Amino acid sequence: MNFDDTPQEAEFRATARKWMEANAPKKYEAELSKSSLGRIRLEKEEIVDVGKAWQKKKAEGGWACLHWPKEYGGRGATPIEKVIWQQEEGVYGKLTQPFQIGEGMCGPTVMAFGSEEHKRHYLPKLASGEHIWCQLFSEPAGGSDVAGLRTRAEKKGDDWIINGQKIWTSGAHYSDYGLLITRTDPNVPKHKGLTMFFLDMKSKGVEVRPIKQANGMQEFNEVYFTDVVIPDSQRLGAVGDGWNVSLTTLMNERMSIGSRLATGFPEMFEFCSNLMTEDGLAIDDPATRSKLASWAVKASGLKYTSYRAISSLSKGERPGPENSIGKLVSGTMLQDIATYAMDLEGAAGALTGADEEAASGQFQQMLLSSPSMRIAGGTDEILRNIIAERVLGLPGDIRVDKDVPFNKIPTKGR
Amino acid sequence: MNFDFSDEQKQMRDAARKFLAEKCPPKAVREVLDGKATYDKALWKGLAEMGFLGVAIPEEFGGAGAGHLELCVIAEEMGRALAPVPFSSTVYLAAEALLLAGSDAQKQKWLPKIASGDAIGTLALFEGKGNPSPQAIKLSAAGGTLNGVKKPVPDGAIADFAVVAARTGSTGRDADISLFLVDLKAGGVEVRSLTNIDPTHGQAELTFKNCKAEPLGAAGEGWGILTQVLDRAAVLMAFEQVGGSDRALEMGRDYALDRIAFGRPIGSFQAVKHILADMYVSATLARSNCYYGAWALSTNASELPEAAAAARISATQAFQHCSKNNIQVHGGMGFTWEFDCHMYYRRANATAVTLGSLSYWEDQLIDRMRKKNAA
Repeated sequence: MNFDDTPQEAEFRATARKWMEANAPKKYEAELSKSSLGRIRLEKEEIVDVGKAWQKKKAEGGWACLHWPKEYGGRGATPIEKVIWQQEEGVYGKLTQPFQIGEGMCGPTVMAFGSEEHKRHYLPKLASGEHIWCQLFSEPAGGSDVAGLRTRAEKKGDDWIINGQKIWTSGAHYSDYGLLITRTDPNVPKHKGLTMFFLDMKSKGVEVRPIKQANGMQEFNEVYFTDVVIPDSQRLGAVGDGWNVSLTTLMNERMSIGSRLATGFPEMFEFCSNLMTEDGLAIDDPATRSKLASWAVKASGLKYTSYRAISSLSKGERPGPENSIGKLVSGTMLQDIATYAMDLEGAAGALTGADEEAASGQFQQMLLSSPSMRIAGGTDEILRNIIAERVLGLPGDIRVDKDVPFNKIPTKGR
Repeated sequence: MNFDFSDEQKQMRDAARKFLAEKCPPKAVREVLDGKATYDKALWKGLAEMGFLGVAIPEEFGGAGAGHLELCVIAEEMGRALAPVPFSSTVYLAAEALLLAGSDAQKQKWLPKIASGDAIGTLALFEGKGNPSPQAIKLSAAGGTLNGVKKPVPDGAIADFAVVAARTGSTGRDADISLFLVDLKAGGVEVRSLTNIDPTHGQAELTFKNCKAEPLGAAGEGWGILTQVLDRAAVLMAFEQVGGSDRALEMGRDYALDRIAFGRPIGSFQAVKHILADMYVSATLARSNCYYGAWALSTNASELPEAAAAARISATQAFQHCSKNNIQVHGGMGFTWEFDCHMYYRRANATAVTLGSLSYWEDQLIDRMRKKNAA
């Protein structure tokens, strides 16, 4: 048992470090180090512009999507080399936020189901940040029940005509392409009538509207499709096989290891170490210590769980299912920590101004944003189902809509 | 990075699991639970023959000289099987104290006997309610004799010798505490068995009356040694707790697959699935914290105090959580004496308070993290 690199890994790390030293955009370091939670913001520039420049530089140096094959814009790196790169990229990795859905989900799907021509045309531009991709899966009628989606695709000659609406699409407003799952046959059970496409987001009939969220921010979008034309050549997988294609996309999402999930613990520990209350420092209060200790072992448990996965990768093995716990643990932690931090501040805990409140409003922001952490990318409940069914081997729930033609399934709500 | 046990260590874990499945089935645990024996003597002998008792004891003292990572994998299996033997008190506490502070003669006298299964040892620390603290130690040592009462002492009624924490000063400082080694069969100690929530592990009260004792380690250094012993034992006990957590989770999962209600396996209900998924989460967090503890223990890293506290807290929480929800998944049958669920529940909650309770270790963790941050 040790935390050391193998000689090959050490050599790779040295190469990466040297390149970073020469090329990292150091002027953003302080700002990036500060913002640990939620969306990254830069004081004077747009994150997308700075991110694109950084991604381009990485692509030129051979560090963009480095685990992809060289012919598609990568470097043919091994999974452990990708992890080492992420460690060396450090805080600058936050600049790649606009590209993560493309790199982690859309790219791998195109790689698995696209034609060779498509792969050579689209993937290198995705890798270099020239094109940003988004993922168009969720709908008002299909959140956790993704296969309940209603956006229609109807065949007309060599084209498909798309009508419908998607929701919760991150980055749709600055994306160039989108991965789109549609219903092509409503007369068969829901999982069987789906088909996957990709499309140009500038296509006629695509309308992107921002969603004002519960925390007051606008990070996601609704996307409306009105008679949008997609050539059949942009279909990914067979007609009616969209569900299987989407599983590839989602599997890649959950495979991302060493991803930086914020727990709020380091901020909370520092906050409690410095907050003076009537009875002394908050960290000297037994009730607070008990809570801090429980959060501490969750945070360290997640850290060392990812170390176990990295060790598997280092040995060339597939990591076990342990990493499925990450988002489930960290989402609730963020919410609990934010609530307790405000509790410690008493009545002033409700204030959000940076000057009035001890921790510059960070816990108030965490409180308002944390509900989304427990919903986006698989709700806590869906994640528990996945652990129970795929890890523990429990049977699936009985599904009343499983063998019913889609157009006979009742629907309500949004 | 190689944050995992080696293939050889995993083979040892498999061998221990196989051995315990055969020699320590629930039926054997129940012999002690039902009071038919004070501990499983045949199993204790068998563990010695397998080399498990002395796995971390150097060869010069009759052990296998393997190391603490090997001891961790065995501890996990002991917890999984609820082995009703004085393993934790003898191996994690007494042997570790001897290894840390014993003179060559003391090591020569006791360690080979531990490895061969001929001596049971324990640590006599507590004096009634409360957590480890130098102020709580009243038992006095003067002129090589001890006077006072220790309770609870794990496996105290079957132990051959004890490491005893005693007061040798009254300055109010840690230096008031010294450790002594007592041959419990040599007279001067009254032993009274105490009932406790986990009868598969005995607890006792030891009354020392002008009892002869020899110093273990230098005078006034007892508290420092004890702190180290407790840290090392915390990691090893955490592995037992993780083994127990995993087994409780498996029992719940198996029952949920098997039991039919409302015309379907109860494991197909989300309410039951989510209980089991949460058990998996806590067991996984605990295991990962324990691996870090194992690394720190085996390398004697400066991170050990913090790593030990984290492993201990995480594993205590996981075992309590998994064992109580295993009963919940079993429903009414989980609350029968006949089903094994309560044996895990008992062990989880007994191990949660031995070595210092959860709140004690929470306090320790925060102190140690602050110390590290200040440094």
